[in-house]
Amino acid sequence: MQQSDLKLDGNAIAGLLREIFTMEMTNAESTCAGCGTVHAVGAVDVYLNAPGAVVRCPACEQVLMRIVHGGGRYWIDLTGTRCLEFRGDPG
Amino acid sequence: MARAAVLGRLTWQLGEVAELIQETPRVSSLVIDLPDWPGHLAGQHVDVRLTAEDGYQAQRSYSIASAPEAPRVTLTVERLEDGEVSPYLVGEVRVGDKVELRGPIGGYFVWRAGDARPLLLVAGGSGIVPLMAMIRHHAAAGSAAPVRLLYSSRSIEDVIYKDELAQLVAGDKRVAVAHTLTRMQPSGWDGYGRRIDGEMVGEVAWPKKDGPAVFVCGPTAFVETASGLLVESGYDPAWIRTERFGATGG
Repeated sequence: MQQSDLKLDGNAIAGLLREIFTMEMTNAESTCAGCGTVHAVGAVDVYLNAPGAVVRCPACEQVLMRIVHGGGRYWIDLTGTRCLEFRGDPG
Repeated sequence: MARAAVLGRLTWQLGEVAELIQETPRVSSLVIDLPDWPGHLAGQHVDVRLTAEDGYQAQRSYSIASAPEAPRVTLTVERLEDGEVSPYLVGEVRVGDKVELRGPIGGYFVWRAGDARPLLLVAGGSGIVPLMAMIRHHAAAGSAAPVRLLYSSRSIEDVIYKDELAQLVAGDKRVAVAHTLTRMQPSGWDGYGRRIDGEMVGEVAWPKKDGPAVFVCGPTAFVETASGLLVESGYDPAWIRTERFGATGG
């Protein structure tokens, strides 16, 4: 199996992100701290074959987020995300 | 309903399997009664969780196949032999069994009937499932948007929703379906018989001047190929929303 076969997208972590942010997050826009490209979270690359979720920028492949959930705790590394912008109230 | 479907903390709830539909030899639809369902949007999914007697839990995401207008939620699941969850949902589960799930989840890969743009749907295998929710939503809401579906399957036996799609096309001039069968074609087959390529996309997809809304769903390699071909044909990447099914999962 190729690494490319394991690539998913932000839709695959919609449930996990909603646990953390208590909001629908796939429409949020993330700005890559490496290349500055803005992507909808639903459109970013996601790998779930690591012990957690690894989120990468589709433009430059830099790691945007790493999220580990276990034993009732979350570890969230957002070093690679310069900004995460989302609407708090769609109404 | 749209608001309820995207906001708030997710909670696990128990649904009861009300009906099972064998779609293909490897694919079944589970029609589920959910007392506390807040409503959903076409394209959203749910997380299903199984708990073993020793407490071990396995969780997978499955797309919702039913329209938001439908009275019950339908999941269509492909059985992956080395999977942890799908072999239970396709083959083991019986009508009346309880299934633990949470949702609806997602807001990016979603189509609303109020979107008047021509709609292009591109499905690889069980990637048809969320797109079928959109097609059913289109029909139930009486949307005027014209729809074209390009649907790639291995063989005619693997085509999910084959009869329902044929009926929709026969009864609605706004809906067109192009099938391609990549491994085996029955005698007299008049659809495509190869993997998706630029010529096929050129024949099926809306001209770029129409500025369509595009949803592509399937295995990762299929999604990348299809969306790449659409961009090469001149489509604005911003028109295209994709959802990948991984080689893992199940």
